[in-house]
Amino acid sequence: MTNTAPAGLKPAKLTHETAIEMIGVNKWYGEFHVLRDIDLTIARGERVVVCGPSGSGKSTLIRCVNRLEEHQKGRIIVDGVELTNDLKRIDEIRREVGMVFQHFNLFPHLTILENCTLAPIWVKKMPKKDAEEVAMHYLTRVKIPEQALKYPGQLSGGQQQRVAIARSLCMSPKIMLFDEPTSALDPEMVKEVLDTMVALAEEGMTMICVTHEMGFARQVADRVIFMDQGQIVEANTPDEFFRDPRHERTRLFLSQILH
Amino acid sequence: MTVTEPPGVAPGNRGNADFVRSAMAPAAKPPSSEVGAIAWLRHNLFTGPLNTLLTIGLVLLGYWTIPPLVDYLFIDAVWTGSDREACIYTAERTKVGACWAFVVDRAAFFTYGFYPLAERWRIDVFFVLLVIGIVWLLHLRAPRKDLAAIYGFVFLPVASFLLLSGTPSLGLPTVPTNLWGGMMVSVVVSAVGIVVSLPLGILLALGRRSNMPAAKLFCVIFIEFVRGVPLITVLFMASVMLPLFVPDYMQPDKLLRALVGIALFASAYMAEVVRAGLQALPKGQYEGAMSLGLGWGQMMRLIILPQALKITIPNIVNTYIGLFKDTTLVVIVGIFDFLKAIEASRIDPTWAAPTVSTTGYIYASIFYFFCCYAMSAYARSVERRLAVADKR
Ligand SMILES: Nc1ncnc2c1ncn2[C@@H]1O[C@H](COP(=O)(O)OP(=O)(O)O)[C@@H](O)[C@H]1O
Ligand SMILES: [Mg+2]
Repeated sequence: MTNTAPAGLKPAKLTHETAIEMIGVNKWYGEFHVLRDIDLTIARGERVVVCGPSGSGKSTLIRCVNRLEEHQKGRIIVDGVELTNDLKRIDEIRREVGMVFQHFNLFPHLTILENCTLAPIWVKKMPKKDAEEVAMHYLTRVKIPEQALKYPGQLSGGQQQRVAIARSLCMSPKIMLFDEPTSALDPEMVKEVLDTMVALAEEGMTMICVTHEMGFARQVADRVIFMDQGQIVEANTPDEFFRDPRHERTRLFLSQILH
Repeated sequence: MTVTEPPGVAPGNRGNADFVRSAMAPAAKPPSSEVGAIAWLRHNLFTGPLNTLLTIGLVLLGYWTIPPLVDYLFIDAVWTGSDREACIYTAERTKVGACWAFVVDRAAFFTYGFYPLAERWRIDVFFVLLVIGIVWLLHLRAPRKDLAAIYGFVFLPVASFLLLSGTPSLGLPTVPTNLWGGMMVSVVVSAVGIVVSLPLGILLALGRRSNMPAAKLFCVIFIEFVRGVPLITVLFMASVMLPLFVPDYMQPDKLLRALVGIALFASAYMAEVVRAGLQALPKGQYEGAMSLGLGWGQMMRLIILPQALKITIPNIVNTYIGLFKDTTLVVIVGIFDFLKAIEASRIDPTWAAPTVSTTGYIYASIFYFFCCYAMSAYARSVERRLAVADKR
């Protein structure tokens, strides 16, 4: 599927095809207003890339989606479930939403295989054998099945990040969040991680990626969102976004990262 | 640590300055003054005026103390005998060293206290069970650590209680705790402190870091209060105040009261040790666990505590060393511990001889030193292993 999702802030359809809906979301860290009136609707199967200068609130935005951060005003509805203080719902949503972090956040005391089977076994109550089968399936897909019995510390950064992706996929999430998954990697390892993400996108996974890899945005994104100072400044198809950015701030940002 | 580069090093030479050899030069044949014992001495003990002074000082100190000590402990020591006659001065024996005969004669009392003779095998079994538990739990590569934890924290306490205090239904007559004494009591008190303080300390540490205000407040008050008063005070409170809270007909046992005091005291310290470990873990570990949908309990049990406790092992053991030595204070609430057993024997007229007291205390120091040194050596070996694992 390519570009069936409409451009702009709001896709036309707001039915059960909606994966994530944010309405008037605001968040403060103490006095600091980090998210301002965010309205964003993401359709099922849509791939969204979020970019913007450091400190603009990109991480905070996607961390609100799985409630690693709490928003103070507005509504966030993920997969039809509204995020409130109800712990049960939060755990429910976290089961449906996978997240990949800049620093991988693998569990160093567990093997690669155990990293992948932990959540299926304990959260989904999957029998160990089945969980291991699922884990090996996804480790094969990210092309490192042979590392299954090693520990995270024995792998390269790129390999660790692919394990982190596989670990999330083992929970069969409906939505995947990526927070600068390639920023902590040595340049020669960026491609292997991006390739994995492209493959995932091509299978129709709903994805929000915070990244400055503009090549990746061009290749797979349905929409590119530019954030600055806690606001969504501009959202458009990659073609439009790169060819004809509408806001001065966007232009400035693009000129800085595209040289 | 970074080494600032001397000015004038060409950029291309950074970290590889030409004037620094990058490989070892082949060793030239050393001049004769540089080999053998003399060279070793020169390189290690006499490198400068201060080192030379220290070396000479230490040699003198050794010269003044070691020979008399050896004389006292071994050469002039008395090894056999059944009462004070063996260790007193006589016309033929003008020099009397350590009175080991006293320790040998009273060894059983030092170990078992007043525990009935016929039942002392129960204490031996307890010691064996304890050693199995310690080795299984502490040996890092031992199999089935989960079973070991159940053994150490559930089976061992229950079995020890049934064994030591007696279970008439199992054919083990009851032995009231006022007959318990000696090394066995010291070990029981330490073991209870150790076994209770870890889980309780973990709970307190988690409570102190939790978001629930009531739990947090309780934990903070408990930890800070207990840490703010001396152990003696806690022991007094446990033995004087605890009885006020329970009806007369079920007054807690004197030993039990001391055990409660020690356990609470140790838990407060353990809580702070565990908290330091929890704080040392990066936030990403919590976030990784949460993002997978793990609940709070699962996250703590499967991800956070295993890592936090592992890096905390050396500190936990250090706390245990302190606790182990502190248990000698239970004597002030009337518990007949190891040191008290020695104390009681040394003033017993049967063994009234000049060197008996010193010998008893030497025996106590050997026991405490051996136990504490073993713990400290273990802590250091874990530290080394963790350092190696970090480099992986
Ligand atoms: N836990 C926090 N407490 C206070 N301020 C924070 C916290 N997390 C982030 N911030 C601030 O919020 C702003 C946005 O952060 P973030 O969402 O991480 O930005 P980005 O990911 O776009 O670089 C930054 O200025 C940052 O300093
Ligand atoms: Mg960020």
